[in-house]
Amino acid sequence: MTSSPSEKTRVLDEGDIARVLTRIAHEIVERAKGAEDVVLLGIHTRGVHLARRLRAKLVEITGREIPLGTLDITMYRDDLRMKPARALEHTEMPPGGIDGRLVVLVDDVLFSGRTVRAALDALNDIGRPRAVQLAVLVDRGHRELPIRADYVGKNLPTSLRETVRVQLAETDGRDAVILGGPQ
Amino acid sequence: MNRNLVSAAELSRDDALLILDTAEEMAALSDRPIKKLPTLRGRTVVNLFFEDSTRTRTSFEVAEKRLSADVINFSAKGSSVSKGESLKDTALTLQAMGADAVVIRHSASGAPQRLAESDWLHGSVINAGDGTHEHPTQALLDAFTLRRHLNAGAGNDLAGRRVAVVGDILHSRVARSNVHLLHTLGAEVTLVSPPTLLPIGVENWPCSVSYDLDAVLPKSDAVMMLRVQRERMNAAFFPTEREYSRRYGLDGLRMAALPEHAVVLHPGPMVRGMEITAEVADSPRCTAVEQVANGVSVRMAVLYLLLGGAEPATSPATSTTKENAQ
Repeated sequence: MTSSPSEKTRVLDEGDIARVLTRIAHEIVERAKGAEDVVLLGIHTRGVHLARRLRAKLVEITGREIPLGTLDITMYRDDLRMKPARALEHTEMPPGGIDGRLVVLVDDVLFSGRTVRAALDALNDIGRPRAVQLAVLVDRGHRELPIRADYVGKNLPTSLRETVRVQLAETDGRDAVILGGPQ
Repeated sequence: MNRNLVSAAELSRDDALLILDTAEEMAALSDRPIKKLPTLRGRTVVNLFFEDSTRTRTSFEVAEKRLSADVINFSAKGSSVSKGESLKDTALTLQAMGADAVVIRHSASGAPQRLAESDWLHGSVINAGDGTHEHPTQALLDAFTLRRHLNAGAGNDLAGRRVAVVGDILHSRVARSNVHLLHTLGAEVTLVSPPTLLPIGVENWPCSVSYDLDAVLPKSDAVMMLRVQRERMNAAFFPTEREYSRRYGLDGLRMAALPEHAVVLHPGPMVRGMEITAEVADSPRCTAVEQVANGVSVRMAVLYLLLGGAEPATSPATSTTKENAQ
């Protein structure tokens, strides 16, 4: 099938994203047997918003407070030398830290895997979690590193020429995942 | 941002806030068990010090090492410079050695500017104090300290805050850099000094001038005390140390005249009993020690923003998507 450069498909809408996050929250509780030692870490920018939403659902399900942190991986990127220096976002660890906890990294799109690699490097410097898991809204494939997600909202087979755009109400005014046609 | 940091006067408000906000993130690193980032791995930074300085050089060195840069300390004493080598030849040597950045302190005002404008070096030039001209990273760390106490929060400036800079303005590169940067950030600066210790042309600086410390203190949100440079005491800038101390020194009584929220800054080294009494220096309102820690964070921010990417940072954060924007 060929598509024009301007063609765009909405893959997930607001209701889909809410349902997907509810499912991921249940999966986390199931795999972590109650999510007692779970710490959510959102990767900037949209991963942070998704982590906040996941936390709300986890609190609803477990009735327990779930610690939440934010992680900026800019300083650990492997392509720093190829782009202009970027302003940093705020990294904040939850008060209890991450030592001995089950850290669930949360991001919007899993693509090459390089962001997750950088996040793992950052975690290495910050503490020593019991285990690290990864939750993503969309897995679009094309991994360049041996990394896979533990919780996937939607597997979205794409070509390298296509774009995947995640929009969240907090930053973009609405919730949607949009697949752009070949560029 | 420019490729170099030579003067605080050339920093725009956006550049200055970008540095302060980045420094705030760098400061969080000091609470971690591993105080190191891989950001400048493989980059070489040369600390080129033609003038003695332990405090500033060590601060830069700690900042460079925390960012994993390779650090070379090059001091003029005992080096080829003392044998008569020119700044140009030193620079060409460093270039040949692959320096990605040079942090330079020089007794001659304008030496970093000369280096930055030349084609002797391809790396960034960071001014660590030149003659009586500028000391931009000191001004940035002072502004960072002030913001934390007076208007904490990312993106905030110092609009409407009143800062008194007291002491030897004539010989102080710290004062000059501070006046420009604080003005850029919206603060109102008042220089307080004996007339003999004010530079020619001070009326063109973006600040006001007073000879009366007691009149300025009650309306100041912060007081920055400068070191009285004893080595220049014999030049008859004022009659006696005692008289200077009485008129321009900060003691407990004067500190009490400050508003409750006001802080006292000192770039160090402090001459206790001269420009500042031990009582003030040791009080919780004096930020001198905090300024040292902030210096490392600010210098890390400058090094990251100038050297971290393929080119220096251009603007505050844009919320680009990460992986799917490749």
